[in-house]
Amino acid sequence: MGFLDYFRSERRASASVAKERLQVIVARERSGRGGPDYLPALQNEILEVIQRYTSVDDDAVKIQVERDGDCEVLEVNVTLPADH
Amino acid sequence: MARIVVVTSGKGGVGKTTTSAAFGAGLARAGHRTVVVDFDVGLRNLDLIMGCERRVVYDFVNVIHGEANLNQALIRDKRVDNLAILPASQTRDKDALTQEGVEKVLEGLAEEFDYIVCDSPAGIERGAHLAMYYADDALVVTNPEVSSVRDSDRVLGLLSSKTRRAERGEDPVKEHLIVTRYSPSRVGKGEMLSVEDVCEILSINLLGVIPESTAVLNASNAGMPVILDEKSDAGQAYDDTVARFLGEKRDHRFLTDKKGLFSKLFGG
Repeated sequence: MGFLDYFRSERRASASVAKERLQVIVARERSGRGGPDYLPALQNEILEVIQRYTSVDDDAVKIQVERDGDCEVLEVNVTLPADH
Repeated sequence: MARIVVVTSGKGGVGKTTTSAAFGAGLARAGHRTVVVDFDVGLRNLDLIMGCERRVVYDFVNVIHGEANLNQALIRDKRVDNLAILPASQTRDKDALTQEGVEKVLEGLAEEFDYIVCDSPAGIERGAHLAMYYADDALVVTNPEVSSVRDSDRVLGLLSSKTRRAERGEDPVKEHLIVTRYSPSRVGKGEMLSVEDVCEILSINLLGVIPESTAVLNASNAGMPVILDEKSDAGQAYDDTVARFLGEKRDHRFLTDKKGLFSKLFGG
């Protein structure tokens, strides 16, 4: 960065934007990993059903498979809006 | 016991084949019997990067089908002792590589070589899967750029679940990060993810950083692994990378801008 640019640029450095975006998407993709392939479709359908009855955000349904020894637990978390 | 090293990335065009050629040549130069295997069926290019494209007679798929034996298909490098390549087939049949076939060929190669470097195709389809399946080590080649980092993370997920080591519950595949096309001056300006950022996001061990360099295109134009260009920054960076892989401690030499204070202050 040149001496003069230092005063000119108020834009955030693009690399830090890239890093933040990557941290979010990578964390999200890792949480869905290792589970069965139908998990994303299942998540979407559950969301559709809930949205039929009440208005929730598109990211209101969190779903993951946890492994505990020989046992697999399907965990579904639904966040309802505050004014409910 | 031969060690199988896959060079992989998910995304295309980040430097897998350049890295495979340089890394294989570096291992061979260090005295290890090394073969580099091109898994990119239908899009053979390792031969061109290593400068032996006119010597290809038989390929990987010919050996799997029993139409040639390994010795007929292997091309011995003329510049570096102990170095050979097994070219990919140019067939359009996507199913030409079979798991049993690949296993048989790797077993054959393991009798003659210390290191088997598998140059993976881009993507996560059959060729990429088979290239990583038998691996002991993985070199994950990543550009400091969002799509490449994301794809590398996806590949890391596959390495920990879809490999023979994972399926058998053995020690996991050893993962090593190689960041390529790195531009310290752009990192300094905040325009490019730094090596630290990439390591933090992917949380794997950094093996090497290869600077953006004119030497890479020059080497591929000439059909020479860039590591053999010993005066070039990229060649030296690959040399350090191989040495670190073999257990030597070496500092990262190409993480900072070589430009002086003057040009930093006044731009340029």
